Amino acid sequence: MEQTRREFIKTSAIAATASAAGMTLPGVSQALAGSRDKIRWDKAPCRYCGTGCSELVGTQDGRVVAVQGDPDAPVNRGLNCIKGYFLAKILYGADRLQQPLLRKTNGRYDKEGEFTPVSWDEAFDIMAEKWKAALREKGPTAVGMFGSGQWTVWEGYAAVKLMKAGLRSNNIDPNARHCMASAVAAFIRAFGSDEPMGVYDDLEHADTFVLWGSNMAEMHPILWSRLSDTRLTKPGCEVMVLSTYQHRSFELADEGILFTPQTDLAILNYIANYIIENEAYDRDFIDKHVSFHRTATDIGYGLRPEDPREQAAANPGVGKFDAISFEEYAESVREYTLDYVHALSGVPKRQLERLAQAYADPNRKVMSLWTMGMNQHTRGSWVNGLVYNVHLLMGKISEPGNGPFSLTGQPSACGTAREVGTFAHRLPADLVVMKEAHRDFAEKLWKLPQGTLPGKPGYHAVLQSRMLNDGKLNCYWALCTNNMQAGPNINDEILPGWRKPENFVVVSDPYPTASAMSADLVLPTAMWVEKEGAYGNAERRSQFWRQQVQPPGQARSDLWQIVEFSKRFRTEEVWPAELLDKAPELRGKTLYEILFTNGQVDAFPKQVVVDEAGNRYDNDEMEHFGFYLQKGLYEEYRRFSLEGPKPGHELGEFDHYHRVRGLRWPVIDGKETLWRYREGYDPHVPKGAGVRFYGNPDGRARIISAPYEPPAEVPDAEYDLWLCTGRVLEHWHTGSMTRRVPELHRAQPNALLYMHEADARKRNLRRGMAARIQTRRGEVTATVETRGRNKVPEGLVFIAFFDEGRLVNKLTLDATCPLSKETDFKKCAAKVVAA
Amino acid sequence: MARQARPGLRMTRERGWWPAHRFLLLRRLTQASVLGLFLLGPLAGLWVVKGNLASSLTLGVLPLTDPYLLLQSLAAGHAVGLTAWVGALIVLGAYLLLGGRVYCAWVCPLNVVTDSAAWLRRRLGITHSARFSRATRYWLLAATLVLALATGSLAWEWVNPVSIVFRSLVFGLGLAWGVIVALFLFDLLVARRGWCSHLCPMGAFYSLPGHLSLLRVNAAGRARCDDCMDCYAVCPEPQVIAPALKPRGEDAGVVIRSAQCTNCARCIDVCSQDVFAFGSRFVATEPTRDRHKREIAP
Amino acid sequence: MAERKQAGEGAQGAARPAPAAPSRRRFLGRMAGTACGAALAGLGVGLYARSAAPLAPHALRPPGALAEPDFLAACVRCGLCVRDCPFDTLRLAALGDPAATPGTPYFVAREIPCEMCEPIHCVEACPTGALDPALTDIDAACMGLAVVLDQETCLAFQGLRCEVCFNVCPVQGEAITLAQRHNPRTGQHAQFVPVVHSAACTGCGKCEHACITEEAAIKVLPLALARGDLGEHYRFGLDEKARAGGSLLAPDEQHRYHLPEGVDYRLDAGGLRPRGEPAAAPYGDDPLDTLNRGLEGGDG
Repeated sequence: MEQTRREFIKTSAIAATASAAGMTLPGVSQALAGSRDKIRWDKAPCRYCGTGCSELVGTQDGRVVAVQGDPDAPVNRGLNCIKGYFLAKILYGADRLQQPLLRKTNGRYDKEGEFTPVSWDEAFDIMAEKWKAALREKGPTAVGMFGSGQWTVWEGYAAVKLMKAGLRSNNIDPNARHCMASAVAAFIRAFGSDEPMGVYDDLEHADTFVLWGSNMAEMHPILWSRLSDTRLTKPGCEVMVLSTYQHRSFELADEGILFTPQTDLAILNYIANYIIENEAYDRDFIDKHVSFHRTATDIGYGLRPEDPREQAAANPGVGKFDAISFEEYAESVREYTLDYVHALSGVPKRQLERLAQAYADPNRKVMSLWTMGMNQHTRGSWVNGLVYNVHLLMGKISEPGNGPFSLTGQPSACGTAREVGTFAHRLPADLVVMKEAHRDFAEKLWKLPQGTLPGKPGYHAVLQSRMLNDGKLNCYWALCTNNMQAGPNINDEILPGWRKPENFVVVSDPYPTASAMSADLVLPTAMWVEKEGAYGNAERRSQFWRQQVQPPGQARSDLWQIVEFSKRFRTEEVWPAELLDKAPELRGKTLYEILFTNGQVDAFPKQVVVDEAGNRYDNDEMEHFGFYLQKGLYEEYRRFSLEGPKPGHELGEFDHYHRVRGLRWPVIDGKETLWRYREGYDPHVPKGAGVRFYGNPDGRARIISAPYEPPAEVPDAEYDLWLCTGRVLEHWHTGSMTRRVPELHRAQPNALLYMHEADARKRNLRRGMAARIQTRRGEVTATVETRGRNKVPEGLVFIAFFDEGRLVNKLTLDATCPLSKETDFKKCAAKVVAA
Repeated sequence: MARQARPGLRMTRERGWWPAHRFLLLRRLTQASVLGLFLLGPLAGLWVVKGNLASSLTLGVLPLTDPYLLLQSLAAGHAVGLTAWVGALIVLGAYLLLGGRVYCAWVCPLNVVTDSAAWLRRRLGITHSARFSRATRYWLLAATLVLALATGSLAWEWVNPVSIVFRSLVFGLGLAWGVIVALFLFDLLVARRGWCSHLCPMGAFYSLPGHLSLLRVNAAGRARCDDCMDCYAVCPEPQVIAPALKPRGEDAGVVIRSAQCTNCARCIDVCSQDVFAFGSRFVATEPTRDRHKREIAP
Repeated sequence: MAERKQAGEGAQGAARPAPAAPSRRRFLGRMAGTACGAALAGLGVGLYARSAAPLAPHALRPPGALAEPDFLAACVRCGLCVRDCPFDTLRLAALGDPAATPGTPYFVAREIPCEMCEPIHCVEACPTGALDPALTDIDAACMGLAVVLDQETCLAFQGLRCEVCFNVCPVQGEAITLAQRHNPRTGQHAQFVPVVHSAACTGCGKCEHACITEEAAIKVLPLALARGDLGEHYRFGLDEKARAGGSLLAPDEQHRYHLPEGVDYRLDAGGLRPRGEPAAAPYGDDPLDTLNRGLEGGDG
């Protein structure tokens, strides 16, 4: 707080000038904004993608005035991408929401009314009224919540508690469903435990990098620079990039491989076949650590049951797999010969062979990476699994430089959505609602009567939209996400449900997004460092931060909103009598009391938050609720990882995280785990075992055979192009934050329709002209781009979805992987005509 | 002197305001229309004419180019493009028909400025005027071309007030209002009709086709002239009148043949005796009689 | 009457030669004076034109614009190119605009860059050829040259992942490429440094416009300002070879060497190496391995 002499003179001079001019300055020190030594620096993970770069956040006079890449952070070592460069500005968009807004006509709530400022009390009143009415009439399945992989860990945890334990509804799902549910499903199916076995250090240790449907160059910029550095500095290192169109990551590729959409299934089976036919597989590893299975086939596309494609499917939505022998497995991939896969995928034979050789070479360490190309896939769970198959056949897994690694798109898709289990079927630490033992454990830990938790999985993201549309889900709260722009098939499936007269939709967001515009009640949210938080990145690293500044106006964190809302319900209003009979002492209590002041969550009294240098920090939630809410929630949640039936997710102590730039779980004895399932690295692997996939009871990883099956919608004579949607480096997801940074907006103002010049010419289009992209579901107008960063092949067009001015997801089909329920945003049939 | 301060007053009194100002109004209307056509695009989005008087494109087909600029550009050493040649020839052809300096009186936006200055000068009775030759403009014309040749650029166009003002009106004023004020003050305070009738090389250039042009003012009714002097007072180039109106020999032609006549027709406007009329350069010398029923002067 | 007299004098002085004798000398004198005046005025204008407002470095001419001196000879300041620019990129310099000669068209990349239309509307609109009608391929335009002026603020040079200039470049991969370099400061991240290639850069200015730093780190400058010149006395050997598609000379005969048993020497493949082995580094990452294997333990 002490001013230096020079500053003092400067400040006095300013004050003197001001007083001479007859002005009074409210805070003279503000005139010195930017003066370096007055800035308080503290760490926080970046707000955007799953990489989890660490930032130093500079605050001055209650405002974030600057950020810098944290030079001591292991992930990014002082670097940032262009979005991180503008982190300070995302907090201060001119149109931040600052008070609750309810649609009203003549002072009363009206579905068709105008948004009108209301108090938090009024907002919660109308919410509670609608929620209680829905619960009364239709029961817990009539209320739902759509959460986020951008929630802090405790926001997700509090939401799960409120929904699953308090309101007894499993209808809570995160937007991560659109993002990496396929990776989750496949990890669980193969290893019985979610999330990658490896860490980012693999990026320095691998010899061959294979990108399966990931434009890492733009979407994981800092990881890409690590990968690139290895490629540049390590002799013999090679990079292979597979995609359905040529993108920025191809610039580094030693082998850039374009394949026909969906045929990645076949290519992976070809590699497996190649490995088996050349007897390159690791017999010893297979014998000890792998079991073989065959999955049910012809499983449909996760569309509505009445859709002819579902009707035609033999086993719609069936994820069952049966044990088979190695020989049967080998037989199952035998049809994927070089000739067949070449013809199917359009990939030159030379490239297919080189790719297979890289995996089959016992002396090359291979790291497979993927993002949405494989996750947003109607066979996403399969195709993820096929990558594991190849790694498992070679034993190239769970060791430095060897392993499959799914990259996440959100800052806490892992930390919150997956680890906390904010999915419709999950509970914290890999537990699931379907298993009674898991429910029992959770109920016990939460001090709730047995049977509180419902055992049937709730509505997943896409199903939530359909159920709103069908009038079965009536009260809906979407927090920290923008489904009206990011969800599939907006025209047919999302918007109609939200605007249905009997439904009541609440959106919590810092900015007036497309979702907020479509809601009935909008709640202003504190974002990023306006609250204390924790995120978990793609390499299992949990990173904590302190609240740096106050949110604007009446904006409150999602945590505050969720916990405060729980005060509106009494147990007898939401619980059946027979449940209350089991615990009569809970009668008359509010959900707040039984969930959040249960003696565990409120175990940590109010304290001063202070860093090692003695700087003090606010904690609005602690101030409001009277105890250290975040710490209490975290320490209760942590017990799932320590005491739960599924070991391997151990987390460290709350305070430990504030002293380090994140820890990679399992954290045991305060020590991080780098490579899971590998003796020496993972304390859960017993001595002498070498490798143990302890997520499965038999300790073996499962190779699950799955065939090629065609996509849900294929170009035909009328809709003659593949439509692929995606992202750009400059903007993050729906652009609700980055589009409010003028510089980023200027750098990439609108989503462009990337198309091949020949395709454009055929339609009398040229670069720079406006074109209409039409699918069976909607139409969007965009400018044609035949040059630039994405070079699409003939027959395919690409457009990014960040642009609120063109809601690309009006076009997409809500076909999902029937197992993971993750939408395929990468393939549908479209046509393009001049606008 | 009072008469000279308000030429046309008699015409107005005898025949009314409109007959005494019809060509003036027509000219103002034409000048405004030309400017208006150019402004229709930027202001209303109706693109009848694009560009400015230097070069323009009408309705997407008709190119018009200022031949003076073309000449400068040639002198500067640029092989001018075909479109500009075509446009310049069309413009030249038009002025050969209508009279070279019709540009000055009917199109040039500065004409309004200098006319106003002359009007105010008469009304304020400012008689002082710097004297310099009316031929100065030809020297300046030559100088601008030499300048283009010497500098290899359209140097004159840096300062040419005529093109600056019109361009600025169409594309945004910038500091061009300064040029307008300067010229107004120059004509008002320094020299009577100083710019247009003495200095402007552009006018000088357009007077060249005027030597051959078809449309002319004549003094066919010169017999009726009662020496009121209004035409001299109002004329920007009064030296052109005498040879036709008061020739040395009775046989001399009635047509004003001087290339410096701007066909502004103010003489027709202000003459209550109907001495002047438009006609071709081949009009016979016979005075036209009784075009109007004459009123007896009081 | 004074008016008339003056008018008469004017007529005598200018349009016609003086009819009467007394003024022949005076006439000549006056004529000389007028001519001198006009010449002086011309000189003044010429000097002004020379000295005032040369094209500012941030002002770029439309595509196809002739070299600046030729352009100033050719452009009649009609503004037709400005009118036909569909993106309002071009503007006509107003009087007093310090960026360019009054009345001539220019654009400021940081404000609105050239969108590189095809066909090139501004060139087609130009009546005089000041915008060279021979330019029909917009990729061949040379409006200026992009230069990463401030490498200290360019995020890419600091290892940050920006590359906006590269991403927006319409001639991406030719006009701007990214040079990948090891970042010695972090030790494990590559830098993606933008490199501009003058042969392909059209000077459209999209990079400068999009540059996200407060003041653009990459700027498009007029060619004359931006481009260096190697000089005729030297050629870059590697470039010449690439351009020729091969060595300028006949390839060497096969070289042969005196070598000990088991050792190969190949000029084109890393020099000295053990025979039969793929070209791998003879040492592992760990110095202990090298130390412990003992002398001459490096074979195989």
